Amino acid sequence: MTLDGKTPSGPIETQWDRRREELKLVSPANKRTYRVIVVGTGLAGASAAASLGELGYQVEAFCFQDSPRRAHSIAAQGGINAAKNYPNDGDSVLRLFRDTVKGGDFRSREANVYRLAQVSNAIIDQAVAQGVPFARDYAGYLDNRSFGGAQVSRTFFARGQTGQQLLLGAYQAMMRQVGAGTVRLHPRTEMLDLVVVDGAARGITVRDLISGKVESHAADAVCLATGGYANVFFLSTNAQGCNVTAAWRACKRGAHFANPCFTQIHPTCIPAAGEHQSKLTLMSESLRNDGRVWVPKRAGDTRAPGAIPEADRDYLLERKYPSYGNLAPRDISSRAAKEVCDEGRGVGPGGRGVYLDFADAIGRLGAATIRGRYGNLFEMYECITGEDGYQVPMRIYPAPHYAMGGLWVDYHLESTIPGLFVLGEANFSDHGANRLGASALMQGLADGYFVIPYTIANHLARTKPGAVPVDHPAFAASRVAVEASTKRLLGINGRRTITDFHRALGKIMWENVGMARSAASCRDALARIPALRAEFWENVRVAGSGATLNRELERAGRVADFLEFAEVMARDALYRDESCGGHFRTEHQLPDGEAKRDDERFCHVAAWEYRGEGQEPVVHVEPLNFEAIPLAVRNYT
Amino acid sequence: MKLTLFVWRQDGPAAAGRLVRYEVPGVSPEMSFLEMLDVLNDTLVLGGEEPVAFDHDCREGICGACSQVINGQPHGPRRRTTVCQLHMRNFRDGDTIYIEPFRARAFPVIRDLVVDRSALDALIRAGGYISAHTGGVPDANAVLIPREDAEEAMDAAECIGCGACVAACPNGAAMLVAAGKIAQLAALPQGRVEAGRRVCAMTEEMLRQGFGHCSNHYECEAACPKGIKARFIAKLNREFVKALAHGERRPA
Repeated sequence: MTLDGKTPSGPIETQWDRRREELKLVSPANKRTYRVIVVGTGLAGASAAASLGELGYQVEAFCFQDSPRRAHSIAAQGGINAAKNYPNDGDSVLRLFRDTVKGGDFRSREANVYRLAQVSNAIIDQAVAQGVPFARDYAGYLDNRSFGGAQVSRTFFARGQTGQQLLLGAYQAMMRQVGAGTVRLHPRTEMLDLVVVDGAARGITVRDLISGKVESHAADAVCLATGGYANVFFLSTNAQGCNVTAAWRACKRGAHFANPCFTQIHPTCIPAAGEHQSKLTLMSESLRNDGRVWVPKRAGDTRAPGAIPEADRDYLLERKYPSYGNLAPRDISSRAAKEVCDEGRGVGPGGRGVYLDFADAIGRLGAATIRGRYGNLFEMYECITGEDGYQVPMRIYPAPHYAMGGLWVDYHLESTIPGLFVLGEANFSDHGANRLGASALMQGLADGYFVIPYTIANHLARTKPGAVPVDHPAFAASRVAVEASTKRLLGINGRRTITDFHRALGKIMWENVGMARSAASCRDALARIPALRAEFWENVRVAGSGATLNRELERAGRVADFLEFAEVMARDALYRDESCGGHFRTEHQLPDGEAKRDDERFCHVAAWEYRGEGQEPVVHVEPLNFEAIPLAVRNYT
Repeated sequence: MKLTLFVWRQDGPAAAGRLVRYEVPGVSPEMSFLEMLDVLNDTLVLGGEEPVAFDHDCREGICGACSQVINGQPHGPRRRTTVCQLHMRNFRDGDTIYIEPFRARAFPVIRDLVVDRSALDALIRAGGYISAHTGGVPDANAVLIPREDAEEAMDAAECIGCGACVAACPNGAAMLVAAGKIAQLAALPQGRVEAGRRVCAMTEEMLRQGFGHCSNHYECEAACPKGIKARFIAKLNREFVKALAHGERRPA
C-alpha cells in the first residue's frame, strides 16, 4: 500500500500558508467541548498542551516523571536553529530547509522540512517572549553560533542548557494553563494502551504509578509526544525512563512505524567504565576542534598513554581522512572508532574507547586557553571519570543519541489512525536519515506551538465531541488486557533481572544494528531477538506488586516492548538495502567510506504495519519526491 | 570496595519508616552512586526482596529527579553535584553510608527514597511564568536586553527544581526555588509587567504548600547542585516590598 503524506501541491514556499487556509476551524465557543489527550511533556508535549489549552480545548496532559519539567528535552545542551539571519551572513528559510534536507541525506519529506524552517523564527520570538534567557551581545541583541552541517551562524543558545531553558519556557506556559483550568496534569502516570473505536483514536489506558490503578481516559483526539527509542541499545545518552512503550503500543493498535532503523550515534561520549554502567554521557562535539583522536598502533598495548611514543600511535582520523582530520562527520568518526576497537586497539576499561588528546593544543595555546574554551567539559569529564583531561588524554566512544525514525505521520502530523497525532522525536518526518545539531529542539517546538494547533482543528471539526464515552466497552477491554499483562509479568518469578535482559538486548542491537549493519548482522539479530524475548517471558524476575509504586514493573513493561520493537528495527535495517545518513550498511559505501544511497530503490519512507504476535510486519511505502532540492550525493568537502 | 548502607525503607505515605542495614560488596570506584544502588537492588530482587525505590531519570545532573540525603547532606558530600553525578570514588572502602529521602513538610514520602515534590509545580502554576500567548509576539530582537541582565536572568534560571534547598533548610523553605524564578523573570523587560503580581502569588503559594520561611541560614545555597546564589532571595524580598508599595493586592 502507498501512504499518502497529504502534502500540499504547488510552490513549496506557499504550501503551508495555503494549507492553513483550507484546514477546518473549530469556533471559540465549541473548543471547550472537545477533549484532547497529550502524552509526554517534553518540548513537543508541553508546547502542544500549553497552546491547545490556551485556545480553549480541554487538555489532559500525562507524563511518567514526577514533574513535567523533568522530560528529557531538558538535557539538550547545544542550541536551537532558526533562519533569523540576524548575523547578516546569508541565512534564509530556503537555506535552513536545504541544509536540513541534505543533512538528512534525502530521506525526509520536503514539505515538512520547509514548514519547519518557516516556523523556526517564530519559535525564537515565542521563547524570548516567555523569558528564555538566550545569550546576548553587549548591545543587547541575541547572539548566535555555528553548528555542524551549516555554513552560517543560526544557532541560538542559553549557555550549555538550551534544552532546559526552552523546556522550562514551555512548562511554565503549560502550568499557566493548569492554573487557568484548561490543562489537567497527570504526573507519574504512564500510558499503556491506545483505545481505538471504529478506526479512530478515542483515548488511552494508563497506570497510575503511585497507586498502581489502571484507568481509562477518553478524548476526541490523542497526541503522542513521547520521545525516541535510543534506549533499545540499553546504553545511550537518553534518560533512564525514555522508552518506546507509548509509540509501540499505538503501533500495535494500527499506527505504522516509519524508518525505525534510522538512529543517530554521537561520537563524543564518555565510554562505559564497566558492566554496571547505566548510561552514557555526551560531551559537546566542539572538543574535536582541538583534541586529536588516537589509539595505539599495536593491539593489546597496555602502556599508559604518556608512555606510548609518537611512532607507536595511530591518529586514525588524521590518517584516514586527511582533509577533515579530527573534524570528520559524526557518522564517519563514530565508525572509525568502532573499527579500531574491534581490532583490539581500543583503550580504557573493556577496550571500548579512543583517546582524545589535548597535549598538542595545550602545548600550542596554553592550558588557560583550552580551559577557557572547554573548561566546563573538562570538569564534567573529571566528575565522571576521576581523570584530569589536561594531564592525561580523555577517552571517548560513540553512543546512541537520537531516533530519526518514529511513528509515521502525514503533513498534519496525523498517524495512520485518524485522531492520533504524533509530535517531536516520536514521529519520523523531518530529519530523514540523520539529524543536524540544534534541530531537535526546533522540531519539537515547531510541532507543539505552530503545527498541531492548526491541524488538530481539522480533525476535531469533523468529530462529534465526546462521541465515545469512557464507559464504552473498548475501554474496559483495554484495561483488562493491560491488567493481564501486568499480572503476567509479576507472575513469572524467574531468575534473571530486568536489567540483565535489557543489557543483553542492547548488546545484540549495538553489535548488529548499531553504527554499522550488514544483511548478515541484521539476520543474526532477527534470529536472536525472538529467543531472548521468549526467555524474558519465562525467566524474568519482577519484584513487588501491581498495587503500589513499583519501579521494577514499570521497567519490565518497557523492556518487554523494546524486545518486540527491536525486531521491527532489525527488519527495517535489513529491508533498507542501501546506506543513508545514520543507516550504514557495510555493503554499500563510497570509496571514502561515506554512505552510498540507492535512490532508484529506496527513495521512500518504509512504514511497518503490525500484524499480530508471531506475524511478520508488512511494509508500506511513501515515495519521497525532491522537487525543490534535486537529489545529490551528500558531500561536506 | 565494600560498603555498609543504612537505607530508609518506607512502604507507603502512611507507613512507618525505618533504616535498614545492607552490606554491598564489589562496589567499583567508577560507579555512580545510583549505579551502586542498582547493584544493591538487583541483589535484593534475586534474593526475593523488594528493591529500594528512588527517583532518577537523566543521570547527567540536569533533570532534578534525585531526592536523596546522603550522610545528612542533600545530594551527598560533593559540592555542586547531584546524586547521579556523585561517584563512588568519593567514598572509601569500608565506609558506612546513611541514605534518606529529602525531608520537608511540603515533600511527603511516597515510598522509600521517593518523595512528592508537586508543591514545586504548584509554585510555578501560581505565577512562575510570563503570560505570553502562543503566536502574536514581537520579533525576538525588538526588545533589547542588556547582556548583564540576560546573564543575571540565566544565573537565576539554572535551577533544576530538585528541592535540595528545601531539604537542607531548617525551616523547609522553598525560597531559593521561588527566588530563582522571580529573579529571572524580573530581570527581563518581558517579565517586569507581571513582576508584582508574580512575587505576591508565588509567596502566597509557598505558605499554602507548607513551605517554611527564610531565616538566613544559607543552607540552600550550600546544598544547591547548580550553585544558585542566596542573594536571589534578597531580590525576591525587594520585589515583594516593591509590589506592596505599589499597592499590589495578594490574590484572594
